[in-house]
Amino acid sequence: MPDRVRFRRDDARMNIKFLAVASIAALAAACASTPPEDNTQPPTSGPVADQTTPPRGDTYQGPTPGTEAHFVATAGDRVFYDLDQYSLRPEARETLRRQAEWLNAYPGTTILVAGNCDERGTREYNLALGARRANAARDYLVSLGVSPSRISTVSYGKERPSCMQSNEACWAQNRNAITMIQGGSNS
Amino acid sequence: MLRVTSPFFALVLSLILSTAALAQQPLQVTIDEGNLEPTPIAIPDFVENGSGDLYGADIAEVVRNDLASSALFTSIPQNAFIETITNIDLRPRFQDWRIIEADALLAGRVTQQPDGRLLVAFRLWDTRLEEQMLGLQFVTAPENWRRVAHKVADAVYERLTGETGYFDTRVVYVAEGTGPDGIPTRRLAIMDQDGANPSYLTDRSYMALLPNYSPSAQQIAYVSFIDGHATTYLYDLETGRQEALFATGTRGLAQVDANGQSLSARFSPDGQSLVVAIERQAGHDIHRFDLRSRQLTRLTDHPADDVEPSFSPEGDRIVFSSARGGGSQLYVMDANGGPAQRITYGEGRYTAPVWSPRGDLIAFVKQRGSQFALGVVRADGSGQERILYEGYFVDSPAWSPNGRVLLFTRGDRSSNGTQYAIWSIDLAGFNLRPAPIRGAASDPAWSPLID
Repeated sequence: MPDRVRFRRDDARMNIKFLAVASIAALAAACASTPPEDNTQPPTSGPVADQTTPPRGDTYQGPTPGTEAHFVATAGDRVFYDLDQYSLRPEARETLRRQAEWLNAYPGTTILVAGNCDERGTREYNLALGARRANAARDYLVSLGVSPSRISTVSYGKERPSCMQSNEACWAQNRNAITMIQGGSNS
Repeated sequence: MLRVTSPFFALVLSLILSTAALAQQPLQVTIDEGNLEPTPIAIPDFVENGSGDLYGADIAEVVRNDLASSALFTSIPQNAFIETITNIDLRPRFQDWRIIEADALLAGRVTQQPDGRLLVAFRLWDTRLEEQMLGLQFVTAPENWRRVAHKVADAVYERLTGETGYFDTRVVYVAEGTGPDGIPTRRLAIMDQDGANPSYLTDRSYMALLPNYSPSAQQIAYVSFIDGHATTYLYDLETGRQEALFATGTRGLAQVDANGQSLSARFSPDGQSLVVAIERQAGHDIHRFDLRSRQLTRLTDHPADDVEPSFSPEGDRIVFSSARGGGSQLYVMDANGGPAQRITYGEGRYTAPVWSPRGDLIAFVKQRGSQFALGVVRADGSGQERILYEGYFVDSPAWSPNGRVLLFTRGDRSSNGTQYAIWSIDLAGFNLRPAPIRGAASDPAWSPLID
């Protein structure tokens, strides 16, 4: 299955690219007060730990604990899926485990999990597949102790791509479930 | 002359025709021939009787464009005409029209009536038999001149092909764009079949997808994100009023699960019910919704997603797509549910089935490898599927009311993302052409003939 391997590699490479884009977006957001959803960053398995530990204080440069930005930096806000699939990959489970930890630490928050698809499918088919992806992420969070009453789900099908180009690297990035903090956060 | 209803014999038929054309027979245009040899027709500007703007030239131009768009006809340029038609009640000089190779002559007249309305009359002549094939007249308010022109074109098309026309129709579609915040926008828009009179039905504040016409042409069922997630809505074209069909809380006409989305709904031929995929705990299943009793009935109950349902024109069966066999394939079941028969077996993913108004065929989208295709298969699954168009991306086929032409979403790869547009193609696989829409567009819905 050489295809599968390639998809995963693309995912990893893309995350780096997307990180650069996201930090520019974050900069712009600081000036233009864009809604927090636009401020999301990619899941980063290595560097995230560095940004989280310092307690809140004058010298702390990271996101305020309990905010959506803190959630994104600590846990990673999205998980990725294989082509035409909605089963969770091992690294997706890892991300969701961090999300569940964060959510259990901030029990007043509520979230929206949005399932997304690449553009290589028909519209209604993708709306259904996106729902499967959102539900798979939700069910795993619930299995980790997050109350289902705190979780809403939505499918955007292929209508809200994170990446707009027509190539495999982009499509792999768009096959995701994105967790957004809806309420109860510190911001 | 022969008229064959099955499109599968297009090539054979054209040979029969070229032989038969030698004999002196009444003019008959055979649709299945595709655009191999379009019939030449002469349509002079309509004669005007009266003062003011009578649209004689405009009406003739709309009729020419309608007929030419089918590729079954070519309109002979007016500068080739020898005879000038000044009175449509006199027999034309047929020889003058035969010399310029016009097989048919459409001579029309617009008369201003004392009440200000327009009387539009025409005669359709067979120039070889020197006989009138059709004579009709319409009365209308001057602002409806385009609709009268479409009705003339429909009458000519019907007389010459033996099939109902499709020119006095409208198309609802999704206009795609990007908002000021960079977020994609999806708005319902409507236009005449030939691209005239375009306008938006919904605004940028929420996504609108997958519209379908009611048989009365008065209502549109579509998928709205106005409530945050996909919900089936009904939109009344007369009043602009819309309502959620299925929702949680108290808003919808029928209750569904929390977070459960409802998708593209299609009307039954009698307009009394809708068939729609709704998300339940275990996935998406096909449901039937009775618009009068407001009763929602679940028709399928399978762990796999069952989506994209479409009624047969008799209303007795439903085609849908399902991943129950692994990849997505097409299935047909009774309109009240029950066992489903698989009708596609090819490699790849089959989606977006739509039953032809003629009943014999089902159009579909097929995805195989990196290619998409628009195809048709017999509704009983027998015989071979036929591919009409193949390309980078295909979605949402929509039949003309006579089942002879398909509109569809076509995507073409470009450096700044896939470009989506609506294209049409006839059932013979000929006459591929872009719909007259400016800007990105998708999800065409073709109205029935308007009364």
